[in-house]
Amino acid sequence: MATALAATNQVAMADLKGKVDPDWCPGCGDFGVLAAVQKALVELQIPNHNVVTISGIGCSSNFPGFINTYGMHTLHGRALAVATGVKLANHDLTVLVTGGDGDGFGIGGNHFVHSMRRNVDLLYIVMDNQIYGLTTGQTSPTSRLGMKTKSMPFGSIEAPVNPISLALAAGATFVARGFSAEQKHLTELIKQGIRHQGFSFLDVFSPCVTYNHDNTYQWFRPRVKKLEDDPGHDPADWMAAMGKSLLWDDEIPIGKFFERTDVPTLHGAEPVLNAGPLAHADTRIPVEVTRSFVEELM
Amino acid sequence: MKQTFAIGIGGAAGQGVATPGDIFAKIFSRRGLHLNAYNAYQSIIRGGHTFLTIRTGPEKVTNMGDRLDLLIPLNQDAMDRHLRLLGAGAACIYNSDTIKPGAAAEGAELCALSVSKLADITRNKVAQNTLAVGAGLSMMGIGFQALEQVLAEQFNKKGDAMVAENIAIARAGYDYATANFRPFARPLPMTTANRYAVLSGNTAMAMGGAAAGVKFYCAYPMSPSTGVLHWMAAHARKAGIMVRQVEDEIGVVNMTIGAAHAGVRSMCATSGGGFALMSEGLGLSAMMETPIVVIDCQRAGPSTGVPTKTEQGDLWQMLGAAFGDYPRAIAAPLDIGDCFKIIPEIFNIADRFQCPGIVLCDLLLSEGRLSVDPKDLDFAPVVDRGELITTASSGPNGDGVYKRYKITESGISPRAIPGVAGYTHTAASDEHDEDGVLISDEFTNPTKRRAMMEKRMRKVAGIEAAVPPPVLWGPPDADVTLIGWGSTKGVIEEACEILTEQGISANQLQIRWLVPLQGDAILDILKGARHTMIVENNYSGQFARYLRSETSFVPDGYIRKYDGEPFMPHHIVEAVKEQLSGKSTLSVPVHEILV
Repeated sequence: MATALAATNQVAMADLKGKVDPDWCPGCGDFGVLAAVQKALVELQIPNHNVVTISGIGCSSNFPGFINTYGMHTLHGRALAVATGVKLANHDLTVLVTGGDGDGFGIGGNHFVHSMRRNVDLLYIVMDNQIYGLTTGQTSPTSRLGMKTKSMPFGSIEAPVNPISLALAAGATFVARGFSAEQKHLTELIKQGIRHQGFSFLDVFSPCVTYNHDNTYQWFRPRVKKLEDDPGHDPADWMAAMGKSLLWDDEIPIGKFFERTDVPTLHGAEPVLNAGPLAHADTRIPVEVTRSFVEELM
Repeated sequence: MKQTFAIGIGGAAGQGVATPGDIFAKIFSRRGLHLNAYNAYQSIIRGGHTFLTIRTGPEKVTNMGDRLDLLIPLNQDAMDRHLRLLGAGAACIYNSDTIKPGAAAEGAELCALSVSKLADITRNKVAQNTLAVGAGLSMMGIGFQALEQVLAEQFNKKGDAMVAENIAIARAGYDYATANFRPFARPLPMTTANRYAVLSGNTAMAMGGAAAGVKFYCAYPMSPSTGVLHWMAAHARKAGIMVRQVEDEIGVVNMTIGAAHAGVRSMCATSGGGFALMSEGLGLSAMMETPIVVIDCQRAGPSTGVPTKTEQGDLWQMLGAAFGDYPRAIAAPLDIGDCFKIIPEIFNIADRFQCPGIVLCDLLLSEGRLSVDPKDLDFAPVVDRGELITTASSGPNGDGVYKRYKITESGISPRAIPGVAGYTHTAASDEHDEDGVLISDEFTNPTKRRAMMEKRMRKVAGIEAAVPPPVLWGPPDADVTLIGWGSTKGVIEEACEILTEQGISANQLQIRWLVPLQGDAILDILKGARHTMIVENNYSGQFARYLRSETSFVPDGYIRKYDGEPFMPHHIVEAVKEQLSGKSTLSVPVHEILV
C-alpha cells in the first residue's frame, strides 16, 4: 500500500513502542513480526500518527496494543472490513491489518476474498501459525491434513486452505510470504507491501510454540527457500506465481510471489475522493445541488 | 370529514402499475394536493398481484384510507379481487376487451374502455394504462394539460414520437370519458399556493443522511431497505458521499464503523435479517465508542419472512442487539417527512454520546410515498459532532496526556481521529482502560472494569436529557387514548378523527424515541387517560411488553395486526368500538383487501 513519508528523519524505534509489552508466549513468532513492522516503519520514516494498525481477534490480533500507532482492535474476522472503511474515509492514512489464520481465513474468509478483488490499498499481514492459539489449540483453516488438535483429536480430515493460491486467485495485486525468523527478509517484504499501491497480502509463518508441535521453527528452517534467491522467478508472472504457491513439504517458497501495479486501487477508482480524503471534507452539500435533489421529486 | 380521493391500480408485476401511479402522483402534487401512496406487492419480478393505492386531497393525507374512489384493474385478477370493495359514487375503469366486470355495488360505476378501438395496441403494449389515466383525470375534473406535461417529461428520453403517441392515447381516453362517463361528484380542487415533493421513506432517509453530513454509506441489498442504497448510489458523486455495496451485512456494519472511526459520519441500512448479522458490530460501535447510524426497515419476520410486507416486529431485536449493556439510541420515524428529519437528529445523539443510533423504520414508510413540503427537507440542519479532535490543536495535547477513554462525569471522552499527531491510541473491542490498553486478559482488574462500564453507561443519562419527551395529541380529556409507535402515527390520527366524528372522543400518544423511552413522561401523560389501547403492527405486542417492562404500565386493550398489511383507519375505529363495548381487550382486525 502507498504511503506519505515524514518530512524529516524523525521516526525512531522508540516512537513505535506500545503502551504495554506483548503478552505473547516466550518464543512466539509474533514477536518477530512486530519487530519487523516497527523496523519497516522506521526505515520508511512514516510518522506513527499517520498509521492505523487494525486487527481482529486472536493472539496475533493483540498486535495494535503493542505498537504506538493509531490502533483498532476490532471483531473476530472483521478487521479488513473495518480497515476498508478507514481507508475510504481517509486515504492519506497508511493502513496495516494484522491478524491470524483463523481470523483471516476462517471467520473472516468472506472479507478476505472481497477485499482482495476490490484492491483496497492496505497491507494485510497474517501471522499464520496453523493453529488456534488463544482458544487453546484447535484446528485452523491452515492446519495440515491429519494434524491432531483438541478439536480434531483423531487428526484433521479437511484439506487446508492455501492462502497464497487463494490470494492470487482472488486478485490480490501483491502476494508474499515471510517467516518471522527471517527478520531482514520479512522487514523488506513489509516495506514493499506498504509501498505497493493496492492490496498487499503477506502471509507470515509465525510458529506457535505452545500449541503447534508440527510446524515449528525447526520444521520450517530447512524447508523455506527465498524466491529472491531464484534467478528464474519473475514476480510479474501470475501463472508462475500460482505454480510456486503450490509447493509445500520439502521446499516452501518465501518472498514475493507476485506483484502488479496496473490495477487502480479502490479509493483511486472512485471520483468522489478526487478532492481529498472525506475525513477532511466539508459536510455541507452546495445549495444548488441539494435544490436539485428536491426538484427531482416534484 | 376531510375531502380525499383514492385510486387503486392493480395488476401483475411487470404490467406497469407504477407508471400510472407516478403520473397521478405528479399531477396531484403539482396541483397543490397532498398525497399518500402505498404499493402492496409480492416478491416476484413478473406476475403475481400488485396493488397500488394513491390517496390525495387538499389537506394532509396520512394513510391509504378506507375506501377507493377509482379502481383501475389492469387484469381480470385485479378486477376480481377489488371490485367488491367499491361503494356508491366510486368508479372502475377497465379494458373491456380483456376484462369481464363482476357485480358492482349499487351506485358504483363500471366504465368500460375498449382499448383496441381507442388505441393501436399492436404498437403500444401499455395503452390500457395510459387510456385509463386519461379517462380517470377527466372524471376527476382535472384539465388535460396537466397530463400532457407529465407525459412529455415521462417519455422525453424516448423521443418526440413516443411522447406524441402517448399523449394521443391519453387524449383518446380523456375525451372518451368526458363523452361517456359520469364525472366524480366532488372534483379535486387546485391550489397554486403549494407544490409538494413526493418521496418514499427510503429516499427521505437517504436525503436526511446527506443533509446530516453523511460521507460514507454502505449496504447489502435487502428489501425493503434497498431504496436507501439506490438513492445514495445515484447521488453519491453529486453529494460527495462514498457509497459501497458490500459482501454481507457483517462487512457493512464493520466498514461503517471503520469510516466513522476515521472521522466521517457513516450510515448503513438493512432489514431485520441483515440487522441480525450486524448485531456484533453494534456492540463494537458501543465498546469502541465509535458513533454510527444503522437503519432497520422492518419487514414481516421471522427469518426471510414476507420480504415485501410490513411489520413492526423488530423492536426487541433492536433492544437486545449485541450482548452486554451499552448506551444506544433507537428512534422510530412517525411519517415519511420524519424519515428525513430523524437522521440528522440521531446523528447528533450518536456523535455527542459516541454510541450507535438505530432508526427503526418499516416497509410502510420505507416504500410508501408521501407529499412533503420542500421546506421540511432542510439540508442545513444543526450538526453537532460532539467532542471530536480533528487537528493537533483542537483538544488537550497528546503525547502521554491524551487518554481516549478518559473517565469523565458525563461518560463522554474526547475522540481523536487517526492522523492527528500526538493522539495515537488503540480503540479496542476488548474491555480497556482509560488509555485504550486492553484489560480483558492479563491486565484484568475488577476495579478498572467497573469504572469503564460505569463511564460508558453514564452517557445514558445524557442521552435521556437530549431527547424530547413524547406529547399527547388531541383533546386531553378523551374517551379513549390510542398509543402507537413509529409508522402508525398517520392511521391512528385519522382513526381518532373518525371516532370523534362518531361521538367517541379520542386522543393519541405516538412514541418516536424508543430508547431512551422517557417512561416517567409517558406515565404522566397516561395517568389521566380513561381508556388506553396500544396499537401495533405485530403479533405479540412488542411495544406493549416493552412499555410494561420499563414502566409497569398495562393498557386496557390492544389492537394488533400481523398479516403483512398496514392498518386502515376503520380497522382501528371498529376495534375501539368493540373494546369500549366490553367485548374484547385484544382486537386483530381482518385485512379485507386480498393483496
